[in-house]
Amino acid sequence: MAQSANADLKTRLQNWIPKLVLSPSLAVILVFVYGFILFSVYLSFTDSRILPSYGWVGWENYSKLWRLSHWEISLTNMGIFALLYITLCTVIGLGLAIFLDQKIRGEGMLRPLYLYPMALSFIVTGTAWKWFLDPGIGLENVMHTWGWESFKFDWIKNRDYAIYTVVLAAVWQTSGFVMAMFLAGLRGIDNEILKAAQMDGASNWNLYRRIIIPQLRPAFLSAFVILSHLAIKTFDLVIALTGGGPGRATELPATFMYSYTFTRNQMGIGSASATIMLMAIAAIMVPYLYSELREKR
Amino acid sequence: MSVATQDTAIRTGRVTRTLIYVVLILFALFYLLPLYVMLVNSVKPLDEITGGGMMSLPDAFTIEPWKQAWASAQIGVEPTGLKPYFWNSIKMVVPAVAISTVLGALNGYVLTKWRFKGDTILFGLMLFACFIPFQIVLIPMARMLGLMGLAGSTYGLSFVHIVFGIGFTTLYFRNYYAVFPTELIRAAQIDGAGFFHIFWRILLPSSGPIAVVSVIWQFTNIWNDFLFGASFADASSQPMTVALNNLVQSSTGVKEYNVHFAGAILAAMPTLFVYIVAGRYFVRGLMAGSVKG
Repeated sequence: MAQSANADLKTRLQNWIPKLVLSPSLAVILVFVYGFILFSVYLSFTDSRILPSYGWVGWENYSKLWRLSHWEISLTNMGIFALLYITLCTVIGLGLAIFLDQKIRGEGMLRPLYLYPMALSFIVTGTAWKWFLDPGIGLENVMHTWGWESFKFDWIKNRDYAIYTVVLAAVWQTSGFVMAMFLAGLRGIDNEILKAAQMDGASNWNLYRRIIIPQLRPAFLSAFVILSHLAIKTFDLVIALTGGGPGRATELPATFMYSYTFTRNQMGIGSASATIMLMAIAAIMVPYLYSELREKR
Repeated sequence: MSVATQDTAIRTGRVTRTLIYVVLILFALFYLLPLYVMLVNSVKPLDEITGGGMMSLPDAFTIEPWKQAWASAQIGVEPTGLKPYFWNSIKMVVPAVAISTVLGALNGYVLTKWRFKGDTILFGLMLFACFIPFQIVLIPMARMLGLMGLAGSTYGLSFVHIVFGIGFTTLYFRNYYAVFPTELIRAAQIDGAGFFHIFWRILLPSSGPIAVVSVIWQFTNIWNDFLFGASFADASSQPMTVALNNLVQSSTGVKEYNVHFAGAILAAMPTLFVYIVAGRYFVRGLMAGSVKG
């Protein structure tokens, strides 16, 4: 009797152990991620300036935010940056993957060269490109000493073009990664279909357009989700490459939030901008994660 | 499937192939360019760079910039070089990687072999936490670290990185354990083996590859972090990335580009080293982080 009660207790304990093991991680995430999100969202409705303060102001921070030219610039830059960054990474990544998939000699050597930037910090990337693009000592200066006196390349110092240097450095960093995603997709395609289509006389162009690229849909989707989420979070690269300048020419929402919260002491407005960033990412990530996790069942 | 079927069945002519090689090599040069610029300019005297020789090999080879970047360059107000910050990064990274990987392994084990109602939702919550823009937690996190007595310390940074790393490490182990035969677990259970016994004796011995993936991913991510370091660290606990940025952005005195480049390589070296010796695992981690399953 006593023994079976003991065994019963043991199985009950066994049933609880898994949940106990999971609970520290869950508790930490619930408090430090979701609790903090709620707190920040709450702050965006308060009159917080240099420190959190709890005077309720309703939507005031949001309406102030949308009237700020600084925020407008950040959003416009985000639009330009995200569009070019996602498109270029996808095009270059897909192109390189298709080319590498043609039984290339030395593929094993080329692939790591395309991918290594992904291992670097954006601060390192930013530093390298910052001085390379600097007209005083970088490419422009080099061209001048090589005899091309009229060569001019001062985008990084030019308000109208500086945002494109951010695109350049960001594409340099992540396009190799997108290549790897597409290459994995290409390697998973069944060759029998291709051979059958070849017998029917389909050209290479048509094979890619009609059969191969449509089959890469999951890779396109993943690439889009990852790239757009990286784009919205871009922060370090801008800090290291241009510091948001010249002027405000390369400000993005992430740098806007940082400077409004920590240097301009407008915590309410800073929180409002962070809330909008979170909404944008949630709009992309939540459906994606939902569909990914549901398929798994 | 043999290896041969992995190659594409597409056939290309000679001209096309030549073009393909040209494009591939041009892109390789594009990816190598910044690394070349950093390397050659880190071993040149400053006047060779300012004189228009950024793309040339050094005339007068010197390792002085490296010495300065490591031990004597002005970072913030102190002429300490990057050395103390390098150690800060190590002190921050090692516990954060170890703890988040252990937690990820345990979580992955529970979520695949001890499933319960609602576990997928909990996992979704953990995973989404990795993707949020971290700006949304900066303000409360700074206050909470202060309350916990961890503000301005490498422990505080380790803690933050553990919180935001658990989602990824759990993802890796969950995907890996999902294909591990559950019958083995059930059989061991019938033999009376408990939760930890099964984990220790059956799952852990075969977890080597995914542990490597998890460690590399966490190491790279945490070493390269800038936002948390810039927000929560003080001068005595700043990680390498923040110190490098301070070095490069400092507005006082002559800009010593060669020292900046040497510093950038110093900051890149640990993750680059990991990539070179274990690139295969790095790519696996990268892919699992995007293409689940």
